[in-house]
Amino acid sequence: MLPTPKLDFLPVLPELILAGAGIVTLLYEALAPRASRATHLGLSLVGLAAAAGASIALWDRTGDPTVLAGAIQADRLAVVARVIIISVAAVGLLLGTHYYDRSGDERRGEFYPLVLFATTGMTLIVAAADLIVVFLALEILSLSLYVLTGMSRRGQATEASMKYFLLGAFASAFFLYGVAMAYGATGTTKIAGIAHALAGQTGGQALALVALGFLAIGFGFKVSAVPFHMWTPDVYQGAPTPVTAFMAAATKVAAFGALIRVLDVSFQPLAWDWMPVIWALAAASVVVGSVLAIAQSDVKRMLAYSSIAHAGFVLTGLTAANQDGIRAALFYLIAYAMMTLGSFGVVMLVSVRGEERTSLASYSGLGRRQPLLAGLMALFMLSLAGIPPTAGFIAKVGVFGAAIRAGHWQLALVGVVSSVAAAFFYLRVVVLMYMQEPQGEEQEEDRSPLPRLALAVPAILTLVLGVFPQMLLGVLDKASVLRW
Amino acid sequence: MRTPIAYFLVTSGLLFAIGTVGVLIRKNALLIFMSIELQLNAVNLSLIAFSRMHGSLNGQVLAFFSMVVAAAEVVVGLAIIVSVYRRTGSVSVDDVRELRG
Repeated sequence: MLPTPKLDFLPVLPELILAGAGIVTLLYEALAPRASRATHLGLSLVGLAAAAGASIALWDRTGDPTVLAGAIQADRLAVVARVIIISVAAVGLLLGTHYYDRSGDERRGEFYPLVLFATTGMTLIVAAADLIVVFLALEILSLSLYVLTGMSRRGQATEASMKYFLLGAFASAFFLYGVAMAYGATGTTKIAGIAHALAGQTGGQALALVALGFLAIGFGFKVSAVPFHMWTPDVYQGAPTPVTAFMAAATKVAAFGALIRVLDVSFQPLAWDWMPVIWALAAASVVVGSVLAIAQSDVKRMLAYSSIAHAGFVLTGLTAANQDGIRAALFYLIAYAMMTLGSFGVVMLVSVRGEERTSLASYSGLGRRQPLLAGLMALFMLSLAGIPPTAGFIAKVGVFGAAIRAGHWQLALVGVVSSVAAAFFYLRVVVLMYMQEPQGEEQEEDRSPLPRLALAVPAILTLVLGVFPQMLLGVLDKASVLRW
Repeated sequence: MRTPIAYFLVTSGLLFAIGTVGVLIRKNALLIFMSIELQLNAVNLSLIAFSRMHGSLNGQVLAFFSMVVAAAEVVVGLAIIVSVYRRTGSVSVDDVRELRG
């Protein structure tokens, strides 16, 4: 007879709440199809708040590091990553509600359950202690995002959805093959078990290295690192802007959370083998992302290339392969999530209705037309460029410092040079907003207060983390210790 | 006599390679999708072969999960491809090129 594993559901309570809220909103949409969006929004926000509370309650948890027969990790890394993802989802829902109110699109009640299911996948993947769970969570979040990407009447959205789906499924196949190889090499799919098996092995580890390569392809696609970035600009541009905001910010946190576990736990015994690979991915991402962003004339595309470059910066931190690097990467992810969420939020408000004005030219004279929005955008752009006193600056110092202390000063040099090149296109937006005359005749402006209030969250965090980073660094010191 | 595990692994590797090449050279979204399914099934074969090799059930469990995921992917994927077809009248990835930068 098989022994029954001890069941401790507390560490997955956030996911249970999120999935439950998703099902409730889905049923509500089906049973009351004419209900107002406000109810949906309220239900979803209550779910998100409860899930955030359940995650924070896990901070002081003691006892087994893994639960449910070693499927779920209950450590502080998971808590921090969950809280970021859930906050991003909350802001994304507020922005999305406004977007679908204004865009003249048909009712989109399924937006709420889909965002909640995607959030479930994202929070599950950062807490996964078994590659099977990583794969399942990856698919939960991806399948929801494929549909969310296509949620608009515009042809561009459908096209983006198809491209995302085909390339995403292709990458999942590689990821799954990597899991199979890792299982073949070690006889287990547990993240910690793989590390124990690899540490105990002597001699050829060819199969484990192949596994690592395939897993890196899968993760490289999800975090959009060069050379697996081709889908990013098309998908970010084609998707409805609030979906882009949510997806760009939260998916990266989730995928990097899982990548940190796979690299720094499972394949820690092979750290000297994967370091050069991550090094190359990081260098290629920062250079290609920064250079290609300069040539863009659409602001969503520009931000997409910038997100590729930022994936490279996070990877720069991970090349350190130690706690120092994990902490720097986590700080970078938080800063990145806030500034990306904020800048896409501003893009949504500037484009007024649907996707009318996303060209860079529509930002000229914004400082005069909409001082508040222009101020927010300027803050996010300065932070993305890494200029003090914003979170982006502290984050860049952190990852470069971690890389240099680990002996990768060449990579830090590549990063610094690319940041200088990247500052050009971020500052171009600021120049357009404040030093150019508005173009064309007076157009209708979006002046609703609610989305502006939602954008205050990323704006305040971007500033506060830039001025008082110690507040967060203390927390991250504890969160970057991986228990296994 | 038991068939050596290597036979299954080589077959699975070949199937995966055929799938990969299919994704890269085909232009029809449905055929690309079929190639992806071929890749997933190739992985299932190697999972089961490894499961046999190690004498543990994990690989078979994962193969079941991956089948369920593949089915869910078909549902979402075909819906997306159909909506592209309705809009453009074609499922060739060459005809779908509104997004360029």
